[in-house]
Amino acid sequence: MSPLIEQPAAVGTINGAAKHVSKVTRRSVLQALGLSSAGLVLFSPVQAMAQNKAPQKQNTAQDFELGVFVSIAKNDEVRIVNHRAEMGQGILTSVPQIIADELEADWSKVTVVQAQGDPKYGSQATGGSASIRQHFNDHRQMGAIARTMLEQAAASVWQVNASGVTTKNHQVINRKTQQALSFGELAELAAQLPVPDKAAVTLKDPKDFTLIGRDVKLAGQEAIIKGEAVYAQDIQLPNMLIASIERPPVVGAKVKSFNADAAKKVKGVIAVIQLKDRPLPVNVKPVSGVAVLATNTWAAHEGRKQLTVEWDTSDARVNQNAQHNTDQYLKALVEKVNHKGRRVRTEGNTDKHVYNEANTVEATYTIPYHHHMSMETPAATAVIKDNTCTVWTGTQNPQWAKKLIAEELGIDAQAVTVNMTLMGGAFGRKGKNDYTLEAVELAKTVGRPVKVVWTREDDVKHGFYHSISANYCKAEINKDRADHWVQRVAYPPIGAIFDLNAKSPSNSALSLGFADIPFELEHLSCETQDVETHVRVGWFRAVANINNAFALGSFVDELAVKAKVPTHTMWLNLLGKDRIINPAKEGFKEWDNYGHKKQEYALDSRRMKKIIQLLMTQSKADAPTAKNEGWGISYAHSFNSYVAAATKVRVVDNKLTVLEMHTAIDCGVAVTPDRVKSQMEGAMIMGLSTALMSEITVKEGVVEQSNFHDYLSARINQCPSLFVHIMDSSAAPGGVGEPGFPPILPSITNAIFHASGQRIRNLPVNKVLSV
Amino acid sequence: MLKLTLNGQKVALDVDPNMPLLYALRDIQQLTGTKFGCGAGLCGACTVHMDGESIRSCITPVSVVEGKTVTTIEGLGIDNAKGDELHPVQQAWLDNRVPQCGYCQAGQMMSAAALLAKNANPSDEDINNHMQGNICRCGTYPRIKKAIKQAGVMIQEVNKAKPVSGKKGVQA
Ligand code: FES
Ligand code: FES
Repeated sequence: MSPLIEQPAAVGTINGAAKHVSKVTRRSVLQALGLSSAGLVLFSPVQAMAQNKAPQKQNTAQDFELGVFVSIAKNDEVRIVNHRAEMGQGILTSVPQIIADELEADWSKVTVVQAQGDPKYGSQATGGSASIRQHFNDHRQMGAIARTMLEQAAASVWQVNASGVTTKNHQVINRKTQQALSFGELAELAAQLPVPDKAAVTLKDPKDFTLIGRDVKLAGQEAIIKGEAVYAQDIQLPNMLIASIERPPVVGAKVKSFNADAAKKVKGVIAVIQLKDRPLPVNVKPVSGVAVLATNTWAAHEGRKQLTVEWDTSDARVNQNAQHNTDQYLKALVEKVNHKGRRVRTEGNTDKHVYNEANTVEATYTIPYHHHMSMETPAATAVIKDNTCTVWTGTQNPQWAKKLIAEELGIDAQAVTVNMTLMGGAFGRKGKNDYTLEAVELAKTVGRPVKVVWTREDDVKHGFYHSISANYCKAEINKDRADHWVQRVAYPPIGAIFDLNAKSPSNSALSLGFADIPFELEHLSCETQDVETHVRVGWFRAVANINNAFALGSFVDELAVKAKVPTHTMWLNLLGKDRIINPAKEGFKEWDNYGHKKQEYALDSRRMKKIIQLLMTQSKADAPTAKNEGWGISYAHSFNSYVAAATKVRVVDNKLTVLEMHTAIDCGVAVTPDRVKSQMEGAMIMGLSTALMSEITVKEGVVEQSNFHDYLSARINQCPSLFVHIMDSSAAPGGVGEPGFPPILPSITNAIFHASGQRIRNLPVNKVLSV
Repeated sequence: MLKLTLNGQKVALDVDPNMPLLYALRDIQQLTGTKFGCGAGLCGACTVHMDGESIRSCITPVSVVEGKTVTTIEGLGIDNAKGDELHPVQQAWLDNRVPQCGYCQAGQMMSAAALLAKNANPSDEDINNHMQGNICRCGTYPRIKKAIKQAGVMIQEVNKAKPVSGKKGVQA
């Protein structure tokens, strides 16, 4: 089975002829680009490249459209659109796989086509682990629509009722005569039928799934291993300039003056352009700066080195930003959470309780700012011509890009084409389109195609960081469980990048593993605090679940230690009896279940306990360990999936070695099991980096780190054996990209405690142990 | 004009000799399979081979490769009649579904191929030592380890099948 992938082409030559594939200038195979035609998508089918054939275009005369997502050629080839953004999670396979299943397509005859940003696809905002958990049935309906059209066409050929035909393995079959018509034979006729309403089509019985839940051949892997996959950094257009941008070191600062004389002398530099000032709040837009544009990347960076820029930080708010120091700021957060805050959830009454000190655990946990550090730094290319704009960008949010670009240029959104390239990682960073808008602004100014490329230093210093945070927890042990629970959280809220008056987390942010705490408690108080925001903060894989799960997972372990019970027992006891948990009815009216109101996504304590039990059986984390070794476990649900994690470590002479990590996930139906596994593996490694070694610090408003030497990321020699256990389930699919991450951090620090007796409440671990 | 052999073909580059090889490959030769990750020799995304050794093209001025043989991911496949057979490393990467976002993988495969050309039976420690300069932010390390071992076995088999004086075995 070999699904191909078609991607918007990066164009090397413009003469239109697909030449022999040369290993010296591979790009010459790519075809010409219809820049002015917003509707024209160009593709470079991988197989066509490999066979030195001319790439085919989408919607050639032989391609018949059956709805928005499926088209079929007479030769039986099926093209299925992936409209979501691929950043490593495998959605390029999973969305077409779901559609193909409902269509009853033969996966080996499927070519995956990457969509552009277009409202006709419904939401393309790829974040919140939502592609499948919020749109599973939408995708199924798209396949069912095409299948229904094929069936109606066949029924009309055979002059039978629609109920007289059935579809199987790329054919429609006459139930009575057993005659068969292939998809290719039916395509032309089917395409002339009206597209049925999605509510009117019948979905398959899940027990008849042929592709969902199976490890089909993944789309796009060949292109990657041959070096042919196209990322935003790889776009090449004729007459294109490359831009390297000097941005203000402090958020909100403006260019006061700059000297470009030396920069302009660098060979290849064509122009030096000041970007426009942008008022606060920063939003997801560019900051100001000075761009050096050159005919090649190196010249652009070299020119920029010669640039001198003076910054204006006189604005009162900018001036506050320029005084932001993470050391002091974190101390202030800790101070805040150790005092009563604004109540967001209350059950019973924790105020009146007189705590028995001997049985009470109280702890504060902190996490520094974090940066996404996707391997591919931001990049985008823009061309503006005759009041139309075409961009190629690695974005999680192509429709938002389209809207912002239209606003920026004062043109209709119809006149904007957003081509989605693959992303070399994103983790939430590429949900913002600041870099895309930079390319648009510069292309407009110079009147030539412009590719903006970020250096790693740009990326690290001008990120949208995961917020620095402090979480406080207090509870009193009651035999083998606990109650009288108080927890508080404080961090700069993401809302502050849109609204300068936003000072505390939104209700949906408080629903990310904080005020949705699932325990059976009689007395509970969840509180937050107001803080000011001084850097760009943003969505990072799992968002506030990171700090909330770290705090809760550590605290449950501390309670277990105090109560002298195994940690998993404490979890099971706190989770209590089997029940559907509805925080909205238990003191948190504003609870948001990751956007889901449906019963099938209800929080289920039984599934929580089962996944912890699966983890324990599979990992044997309760088995005795050698001296200086220990296991740590934790649990967190997020994005409608349930995840438990176990880590085994050794600590000798203050040196930490992580030996083994396990993740058990119940994500309901696992559509593409191997990609669930790979996301869990990736989450464990990212958890390792985040817990052990990475940290963004700010001094006088300026980020102190700049590259992989000071924003550390786990390397292969630090990677332990990893194990993934996927719960067999037919429940509605939950998220996968993010949920694996949150429980990892506390599983590591808990393991350190059980190996060494050292309780680490402030990350990263490398402040106290060598890793 | 700066002359070198690139993926088996003679090429001449008309660029500033100080330009890092990475940009000459990507911008001038339009071989964009080699990636930028850090620009400072820290991440390995830009790894290519110079005379069979893995080097970081982001910190190697083109002047250094004058007269040398350079191989990029586009040229890693073994030359044969069809001209497009995957290198065992690429095949093993495919079999183990190693890539997630895929961005680091050209560098990972070039490093792995250089390791296996010298030692087709590397221990875990050999792999860790050789590969620790290649960061994968998506976390594909366990699969990389497996794929390297599988590719090593494939290479050993190919080499066994070929007499020492015969055609060349699998090289990086
Ligand atoms: S880009 Fe060369 S080592 Fe990172
Ligand atoms: S696969 Fe994404 S960085 Fe390695």
